[in-house]
Amino acid sequence: MDIGFLAQYLMNGLMLGMIYALVAVGFTLFFGVLDVIKFSHGDVLTVGAFAGLATFLGLEAAGISHPAIQILIVVIVSIVLIAALGAVIARTIVLPIRSAPPLNTLLITLMLGTVLREAVRLFYPQGANPQPFPALLPTNSLTLGNFNLRLDNVIMLVAGVAVIVGTQLLLNRTKLGLAIRAVAQDEETARTMGVNFTLIVLITFALGSGLAAFAGLMNGLYYNEINFGMGLLLGAIGFSSAIVGGLGNIYGAILGGFLFAGLQTIGAVALPFASAYKDVFAFGVIIAIMAWRPTGLIQEKISERV
Amino acid sequence: MKRVSLLAALAFGATIALSASSSDTVFAKDKVKVGFVGPLTGGVSANGIGGRNSADLAVRLRNKDPKAKYEYELIVQDDECKPNIGVQAATKVAADKKVVAAATHYCSAVAIATVDTYHKFGLPVVVWGAVLPAITYGNDYKEVHRVNGTMINQNQTAAKFMRDLGYKTWAVIHDTTDYGKGHNKFFSENLKKNGGEILATFGVTADQQDFTAELTKIKELNPDVIYFGGLTPIGVRVRAQMDKLGVDSLFQGTSGIVSDAFIKGAGDLGEGIVAFREGAPTAKLPGGKFFLEKYGAEKYDNPPEAYGAFAFAAMNLILDTIEKEGPDRKKVRAALNGTKGRDSIVGEISFDDHGQNTVALITKYVIQDGKWTVWEDSEYASGKRKLARQK
Repeated sequence: MDIGFLAQYLMNGLMLGMIYALVAVGFTLFFGVLDVIKFSHGDVLTVGAFAGLATFLGLEAAGISHPAIQILIVVIVSIVLIAALGAVIARTIVLPIRSAPPLNTLLITLMLGTVLREAVRLFYPQGANPQPFPALLPTNSLTLGNFNLRLDNVIMLVAGVAVIVGTQLLLNRTKLGLAIRAVAQDEETARTMGVNFTLIVLITFALGSGLAAFAGLMNGLYYNEINFGMGLLLGAIGFSSAIVGGLGNIYGAILGGFLFAGLQTIGAVALPFASAYKDVFAFGVIIAIMAWRPTGLIQEKISERV
Repeated sequence: MKRVSLLAALAFGATIALSASSSDTVFAKDKVKVGFVGPLTGGVSANGIGGRNSADLAVRLRNKDPKAKYEYELIVQDDECKPNIGVQAATKVAADKKVVAAATHYCSAVAIATVDTYHKFGLPVVVWGAVLPAITYGNDYKEVHRVNGTMINQNQTAAKFMRDLGYKTWAVIHDTTDYGKGHNKFFSENLKKNGGEILATFGVTADQQDFTAELTKIKELNPDVIYFGGLTPIGVRVRAQMDKLGVDSLFQGTSGIVSDAFIKGAGDLGEGIVAFREGAPTAKLPGGKFFLEKYGAEKYDNPPEAYGAFAFAAMNLILDTIEKEGPDRKKVRAALNGTKGRDSIVGEISFDDHGQNTVALITKYVIQDGKWTVWEDSEYASGKRKLARQK
């Protein structure tokens, strides 16, 4: 195969993988601190993308049209709003039923996801229709043989890597990260050591939800279109990626995200059936890996089966 | 015992009261319900709302007509272009015994899923936009009729026309609903007959977001044309992602993308896209001017879109038939089946023994300066502009 096409496939896969990884990291964070699975995560992403779009339209209406300022404000507003939403969800829905069986949390957040999704559909103007998302990043492209390298994709990839590395540094190099890891490892001991348990949980949910908002914006900028149902499949893919990588392990989530994107690309291109089956293929392989390594590719130090 | 007789007395009294009140309104017309089903939300809602407005227009005009025997009420249901929702919508309309007939469906996947429902409930329907042949030809249901043509004719014309322009190789992207599969089948068959070559075929889901893998593969195969058999929303996505990956093949669509919504979605990238649709453009139809004038006068928020005129004609045909036969499903069904040479704004309507109107005319379209332009009137036909990869 021509090297240009190979590079193109790789770029497509990396973009997808980055979006999946960002979603998967959220799942892993929530599971890490509270041992819960929050199924509304994908729909929180949708709300993030729509919040970004609404902010953009507001800026246009206010006459602020410089793209660099626009993208900056859109990203900040969306992430802050959704981080707050994540904390509110944790405070009002997840924490109160913490001592109930984990299945309750799973079901209640699944329902919350439906509420969020339908709320976007019903209350956003024309929310049932796909909404065009503005191209806020420079769209210059560089053609290298058969490879079309677009500047906006490069910026998004770099930003995605920066966000993931930043999250990683936050978790491993700061006091806040130490507290999050302490809570994740042993809640009781962390409390006796003076860690404010509730605050740490809220911060973790805000962090994970902020990442989802970032992924939602990336999705919008990449496809220039968002719709109310986009979080559903992204949530399922992000969850599977987190599981296959090893739930509770941030590297595992990243690995899982890129693995899933790679499988989809292979499913669409290299296999002799209709590309409509690429998701079937990707999920099928994930199931096979799960059967082989039930605790994920990279295991949490103290593993808990889900 | 006492209570029963009291109830009977009450009922008797009520009956007298009712009959008295109805004799007061002897000059008011009887109310008759007619249905409309189409996609009012979701990606193709522009077409559905255009159709709904057009059917509504037919009802409004009839209600203004002093000669009309009945007063009509339009019952509208949203099928969301999803087969499962469509069956629910169809059941709601058909189960209401007061609904005499309905103009139904833009999406083929929905229309084919609902034919059984209409048959079971014995509700005569006239399809106003869906183009899958099997909707009328795949069954013997006397309830199902269609005023617009099928996708067979448009693909015959499409294959021959594109070959005549000198294009040799194609890649096909189609959605895996009955609609997309139908387009793929009829276009591929006809292309083979005309000597064109299909390098690859990609079936994709109807709500797929990412086409970069498929399109990169297509870029590798380097076909002259990408044939797209699907509806507006993913058509817009495919076109946008072609540009991002630097695929410069010509984009060829079907009647499913002939809509103002597609042009709005695709923006500048729409220029030079070709598509085919049965029937003439609305303005050139026999009653097109009349229809557009009346439509404009009602000040609807949305344009009638490509199939609005058909929705209007379907509803008008239903109303005409009810006027003649009375509000009775069986009589209306029988009369609709016998429709021959009936004048309408889309030309003469004649149903064959499957209830299918014969529309021979296929119009070729190209997007020029942000408008669906009839090929013969375009600067592409006169040679002033060239399509992608045209020799």
